[in-house]
Amino acid sequence: MAIWDSIPAQFQSVLVILGQVLAVTIVVILCVAYLTLAERKVIGYIQNRIGPNRVGPKGLLQPFADVIKLLLKEVVVPSSANRFLFIIAPLLSITPALAAWAVMPLFPGFTLANINAGLLYVLALTSLGVYGVILAGWASNSKYALLGAMRSAAQIVAYEIAMGFALVAVVMAAGSLNLGEIVEAQAGGAGLLNWFWLPLFPLFIVYFISGLAETNRAPFDVAEGESEIVAGFHVEYAGVTFAVFFLAEYANMILISALTAVFFLGGWLSPFQGLLGEDSLLGAPGLFWFALKTCFFLFCFLWFRATFPRYRYDQIMRLGWKVFIPVTIVWIFVLGAMIAFQVPPWFA
Amino acid sequence: MFIQILFYVFATVLVGAAIGVITARNPVHAVMYLVLAFFNSAVLWLLLEAEFLAIVLVLVYVGAVMVLFLFVVMMLDVNVESVKSGFTRYAPLGVVVLVIIAVELAQVIWVRHMGLRGIGELTPLPADYNNTRELGLLLYTEYFYAFELAAVILLVAIVAAISLTMRRRPGLKVQNIAQQVAVRREDRVKLVKMDSEERQ
Repeated sequence: MAIWDSIPAQFQSVLVILGQVLAVTIVVILCVAYLTLAERKVIGYIQNRIGPNRVGPKGLLQPFADVIKLLLKEVVVPSSANRFLFIIAPLLSITPALAAWAVMPLFPGFTLANINAGLLYVLALTSLGVYGVILAGWASNSKYALLGAMRSAAQIVAYEIAMGFALVAVVMAAGSLNLGEIVEAQAGGAGLLNWFWLPLFPLFIVYFISGLAETNRAPFDVAEGESEIVAGFHVEYAGVTFAVFFLAEYANMILISALTAVFFLGGWLSPFQGLLGEDSLLGAPGLFWFALKTCFFLFCFLWFRATFPRYRYDQIMRLGWKVFIPVTIVWIFVLGAMIAFQVPPWFA
Repeated sequence: MFIQILFYVFATVLVGAAIGVITARNPVHAVMYLVLAFFNSAVLWLLLEAEFLAIVLVLVYVGAVMVLFLFVVMMLDVNVESVKSGFTRYAPLGVVVLVIIAVELAQVIWVRHMGLRGIGELTPLPADYNNTRELGLLLYTEYFYAFELAAVILLVAIVAAISLTMRRRPGLKVQNIAQQVAVRREDRVKLVKMDSEERQ
């Protein structure tokens, strides 16, 4: 403690912030590692298999075995590839996925950076993820990679609009761009009925499905499309560079799940808030509820992957442009009417 | 002091990236330099406490416009030789444009310099000052008509672009989605009951 006190106050706060950043990042990366295991286990049980169970007790050390294997593999850069962009592309896809956690309200009163325009920041960062994919596809100098990148870029641009409109409605309902205030706007005596999923139900569905499409997950994984274009944009990647792409995909999944929990399921609020009171164990808001809601959406990601066949490309485009965008626009007007007439319990 | 150091760091990167945009041989590299330049100008705006403009610059230009730009540039088959051959032909026009821009820039800096003298450093705003809210309040009250007009003009541009590029091709096979959704199992599958064959 003596050493700590001898540091000037300015540097102390810098060190505290750095420590918090490191803690959040490490937790997210650990979550990514175990999400890969969870995916294999969940899909295994859905398909009546056991899944990985050899490394460590119940297969719990499998993610570490995978990581070590990938780190030890040789990184092959195709001879006609654009070397600099080829290496930098995976980094461009992981950075936004991790940086967006800066504005995430994890539990009451804690956000790494409590900024006013938090939602805009999240939108701006999630729109950057597409660069990694496009550059990877182009720099590989391979036709399959380029096709995958093109598909992915068109898909992300299309679904970003529906996502943005859904978030406009969230901002209208909450009256704030700050993620912490959006969570607090959903608090109320009716518990889980007070959350925005009910008044914004169509947008909740649109947002989550657009999130699936943004992260290039099944059933919207045409950017990878194993059966048609081998592995899409990352077909030429191996070893560490591939691992980083993998990390980015799963980090994005966790991010989208957490954001859906914050925007529509009241973040760290308890579903029994009004019923049990704030003091009881299950009625108190906290990180536990936030994690539980995020895990629910993550399970949905895995569940959908095991259940649905891949969408055809033109149908993905039709769903994004011709179904989701009109639905969101209509519901923004409905929401405007609800706010104007002060429909209880949300807007009274 | 710290802010000034940050400003010079990001301004240097910005100027470097801008030079990169015009000197890069590879068009994709040029686009990536432009992305870097946008990013650094967004950071400069953040230093001026204009966080809404900064984030929107990243969201709109980096997140949407430049992606489409990159899309187009990657699809183009740029022949460097043929681009270079036009250099002497377009050089005089380039010089004219350069002179006009230089004069304009000098004038802007000169006028601003006259006006800004004596203001000194920016006074930081209180922490709870919400730039986004202030901007929204102004846009939707005082500048409402201008804002709506801009929106309508953009809409007209979208409609024009679509109507210019849309062609109706005859003989195209398309699906009727409503029909596909309305299909029931009975329309497609017929279950036939058959007696099992005699054992041979």
